[in-house]
Amino acid sequence: MAVRKPPITTREYWAPGHAACAGCGPAIVMKLATKAFSEAMEEKYGDPNAFAIAHATGCMEVVSAVFPYTAWKAPWVHVAFENAAAAASGVEAAWKKLGRKGKILAIGGDGGTADIGLQALSGMLERRHNVVYLMYDNEAYMNTGIQRSSSTPYGAWTTTSPPGKYSIGEDKPKKWVALIAAAHQIPYVATASIGDPYDFYRKMKKAASVDGPAFVQVLAPCVPGWRIPPEKTIEVAKLAIETGLWPLFEIENGDFHNIKFQRFPKDGKFKKPIEDYLRLQGRFKHLFKRPEAIQELKNQIKELWRILGKEVELP
Amino acid sequence: MPMRKVMKGNEAAAWAAKLAKPKVVAAFPITPSTLVPEKISEFVADGEMDAEFIKVESEHSAISACVGASAAGVRTFTATASQGLALMHEVLFIAAGMRLPIVMAIGNRALSAPINIWNDWQDTISERDTGWMQFYAENNQEALDLILIAFKVAEDERVLLPAMVGFDAFILTHTVEPVEIPDQEVVDEFLGEYVPKHAYLDPARPITQGALGFPAHYMEARYTVWEAMENARKVIKEVFDEFEKKFGRRYHMIEEYKTDDAEIILLTMGSLAGTLKEFVDKKREEGVKIGAAKMTVYRPFPIEEIRALAKKAKVLAILEKDISFGIGGAVFADTSRALINEKEKPIVLDFILGLGGRDVTFENLEEIVEISKKALEGEKVEEVNWIGLRKEIL
Repeated sequence: MAVRKPPITTREYWAPGHAACAGCGPAIVMKLATKAFSEAMEEKYGDPNAFAIAHATGCMEVVSAVFPYTAWKAPWVHVAFENAAAAASGVEAAWKKLGRKGKILAIGGDGGTADIGLQALSGMLERRHNVVYLMYDNEAYMNTGIQRSSSTPYGAWTTTSPPGKYSIGEDKPKKWVALIAAAHQIPYVATASIGDPYDFYRKMKKAASVDGPAFVQVLAPCVPGWRIPPEKTIEVAKLAIETGLWPLFEIENGDFHNIKFQRFPKDGKFKKPIEDYLRLQGRFKHLFKRPEAIQELKNQIKELWRILGKEVELP
Repeated sequence: MPMRKVMKGNEAAAWAAKLAKPKVVAAFPITPSTLVPEKISEFVADGEMDAEFIKVESEHSAISACVGASAAGVRTFTATASQGLALMHEVLFIAAGMRLPIVMAIGNRALSAPINIWNDWQDTISERDTGWMQFYAENNQEALDLILIAFKVAEDERVLLPAMVGFDAFILTHTVEPVEIPDQEVVDEFLGEYVPKHAYLDPARPITQGALGFPAHYMEARYTVWEAMENARKVIKEVFDEFEKKFGRRYHMIEEYKTDDAEIILLTMGSLAGTLKEFVDKKREEGVKIGAAKMTVYRPFPIEEIRALAKKAKVLAILEKDISFGIGGAVFADTSRALINEKEKPIVLDFILGLGGRDVTFENLEEIVEISKKALEGEKVEEVNWIGLRKEIL
């Protein structure tokens, strides 16, 4: 069945001329997220521009806001690495007092969200600020090189999780911040991938439309960090969905018993093997000499699906 | 008519916040300033204060939320102390670098380790290089007044820097004193509404705040903070004048007490100044020519005022509740900088005392005078002296 393509606004808030790498996954996130936000704001408040952005330190911040230039056509503020959610809380409070209608978009990478920024994120969600927190997940600290984060998947090479005689690479399972966010029983939590841009767009729109906090975790491949050619970004992001490695879901009000899934095979059997996803990326190259590590990764993913309430088969 | 109420220093700070009408307050409780957010939440709960009060999960988020709110263009206030202020440390630089006129009340408290909730100035002194202005209150009235003054100076377009107002833990935060609460209309007249021209997050005129500064621009950005702090000297004096006209109370960068014919001048900050004045009276009766001076503004450092003060003294004894390990007290180091190129300068001695809530007694002050007298007579004395130290337990 053909996917019905929702219209995507032609309005741009992420201007050309930013300094991101060719094929940058997170750059696509910025573009789509702000477009979706603008459409939601237009529908909700009659003003497509009724939003402001609070950005954590990270690749997307440094490539977009090099003084005296800016890639942002929306009001935008960067404070530090771990406090995008807290800064967004302040902006939202100020807007409330100013009687300004709209919503705040907080953006952070996996480092600024899953690790150093987790506390500020939790505080913001728990206080029910009218903020969408967007975590662009490129699965390592890409701004400082390629160091592991708690969102780095099992088996991945990074400069601080190098494979070696006594190491298979990253040796801990990935931390799924979306589930932590959902545990706050906030109105809306979703995972997305730029491999399905329309799904991501719809979810960002929905996140921006709800009253109260929302959290979206989007998979965004990093060309240098994942060791992929620039033209493979979308293909890799798509394969993450198709192999079952990246579950697409929505959780509303923390209701883990009624998770909505997208792109889930009816019979629970994913058709493409995870190896297809791994093979495209230099960061997993070493795993092909260690099939037990690939099996461990599969086990972890099956366990994740089981926690989400689905029994799956991974070829 | 101004109202007189007996209140703790913390309440005075909360009253100042109420009078200044910030639109956003973000705070986390910490001893000894816990009562400040508590009182503010009462004001908000009772509808006496029209502010968004963000009950954050840490001081780091408190100051981050304040930066967000201030960047969105509203008057913003917070309060903290000690470890809480230390947790804010990295964001303090950012608030100043982004030129956001946030005002913060600090119940000056010692830093760990060992953990200690009592008074000294190590918390604010440790933040002296962040680009925040620093005021120190002698009593609860000053805590209230200086917060209003801090807002006025911070928001002045020649300055646009954040400011912290310190008042000593427990000695002021938890001690009740009569405080005159000014009329709201007069405060409104004094402060006016805050309308920023440089910081706002308005979709109608989007701007980028908190950008990345390459080597080609970073130094210039830091220079503007330096320049703003230099401008603050003049602006603070103007605001002191205006404050006196409106509220009848006079403030000085450095307030002097019986210094005109003094041979030894004891310089300090905060609540210790009250003790010093009494001590000076006592010593004057004994015929000892000493005077006292209180530094109300520590950043920008009152260089000219220090020079003028130094001209009057043969020994300038600095009494401070902080220590910069490896050099001595911070006020001593700063004072030395102010005097280094002066042709005639007094002997400058440093006295570290009262750390972590240790009482400063008249006996301690006598000891300081004795050491100062020795120096005056040409005897060699230590430049940095720890006073009231219990050597027997070392």
